Amino acid sequence: MEFEWIKIPYALLTLFIVFNYGLLMTALIQKIGARAGRRHGIPIYQNYIDLLKNYALRSSISHGYMFYLAPVFRLTGGIGLLMFVPTIFGSYMFSNLSFAGDLILALYFVFFGTLGMALGAGESGHPHAAIGVSRGLSQVTAAELPFAIAVFAVALQYQTLSITDIVAAQQGGMQNWTLFTNPFAVVAAMLAFLGAMMRPPFDVVLAPQEIPIGPPTEYHSAYLALMQTNRAIFPIAKIVVYMNLFFGGAASWPMFGFKVFLLYLFSAFVGVVFPRFRVEQSVRWFLVWALPISIVGLFWV
Amino acid sequence: MKDELKKRVIKGPDGFEFEVDPIQDYYCSEPPKAHPPAYVKIVEDLFNWARSESLWILGYGTGCGAIEMRPLMTPRFDAYRYGVQWRATPRQSNLFIISGYLSVKTLKRVIRSYEQMPSPKYVVGLGSCTINGGMYWDSYNTIKKLEEYLPVDLYIVGCMPRPEALLLGFENLKKIIRAGKAEGANQYAENFEWYKANQKKVIHDWDMPDYNW
Repeated sequence: MEFEWIKIPYALLTLFIVFNYGLLMTALIQKIGARAGRRHGIPIYQNYIDLLKNYALRSSISHGYMFYLAPVFRLTGGIGLLMFVPTIFGSYMFSNLSFAGDLILALYFVFFGTLGMALGAGESGHPHAAIGVSRGLSQVTAAELPFAIAVFAVALQYQTLSITDIVAAQQGGMQNWTLFTNPFAVVAAMLAFLGAMMRPPFDVVLAPQEIPIGPPTEYHSAYLALMQTNRAIFPIAKIVVYMNLFFGGAASWPMFGFKVFLLYLFSAFVGVVFPRFRVEQSVRWFLVWALPISIVGLFWV
Repeated sequence: MKDELKKRVIKGPDGFEFEVDPIQDYYCSEPPKAHPPAYVKIVEDLFNWARSESLWILGYGTGCGAIEMRPLMTPRFDAYRYGVQWRATPRQSNLFIISGYLSVKTLKRVIRSYEQMPSPKYVVGLGSCTINGGMYWDSYNTIKKLEEYLPVDLYIVGCMPRPEALLLGFENLKKIIRAGKAEGANQYAENFEWYKANQKKVIHDWDMPDYNW
């Protein structure tokens, strides 16, 4: 496969669109959550102001190299995931840097940021950060297991590890989506999706009321702003993977916006209805409910 | 000084012995620095606008007035509409609301939390007790004037001020920040000795270093 330089500005354009879309959408979802609680919620542009303010803070302290690197790792996880997955199917401009076998790389990037975070939070020296990370990692690992098995089921079903080929196989009507050709894998992956989105009932790790704010306890100013940037990009990148694997991908930006919004809304919807799980409860929940369904999905193919 | 703060030698589980000095190990040993506005006026104005529209309050109720902050998070007053949010850690917040009377014991924790917040940071005194002691004016263990211990940007009077008064206070604080007059953090750094002397005058069991970030 030959490399074309024009792909780099195109990929950056994708990143720009997704970043703004992510900031607005996170605020919109927060507003929807607030409306469910009969509040007005934050203004739709609040995330931009928060980001600007955090970059504009004058003093910051450091706890060492890993403390610097952790937000960078985290952002790398989000951007990397987005870069190696075709965002818009059939579009040369927005196919990004995807290549054959990129599914394995995508799986790796999903986990990458959390690991970087663990190193950085460990170095911050705050006991709350350390315990928050150990809780977060155990929960993400438990959620990752059904997702990984569902992804293997999909890869077996289409006999390919290339996300582009998987999307191509799902074209030509809704009945070709993985959602209908392999419902068990999709259901298991959607249950795992709840765990990976860091919204209730699985957000005890980051909840301000529990272990104060969890892993990012010590992070402030520009470090925190980098992580906020990732908070805008990463969920969208993750949803793009889901959309490509299970829901037929998107052929245009409006379709992309619509599908991503619905998938995001799914996790927000579950979030406002159900209260939080403790970590050991959520680990058990993933292993008892999501894992068997994903194994059924594996046998289905 | 408490036993756990004393310098001592600890034997690790692998038999390795090492020295622990909590006061030196867990704290910073440099005095705070003043951070004057660094950019040209138009950029600084933009940043001040962003700071004013994104007030993150430290979730630390120091006195009875903290009860007036809870309704602000709930549907009736909903302060999130105005860019006001609560954070659980001093590292991420930039507004400290001293809610009501401040006992000497709490003052110690307030100083530690305040010094850990990143600059620029703002302090709002809520209720009469922060101005002149209020109904605790002759109490043996509350402070009378908050501004002798921390640089205060704004007072909200009343006993208790209602949540509406707090909302108005936020709006007034935003005006102060946008005008570039909320430089409390720099004031604190420049008059550090004076503030420390005042703090040490009332806190008798000073078992922490002078610098806390």
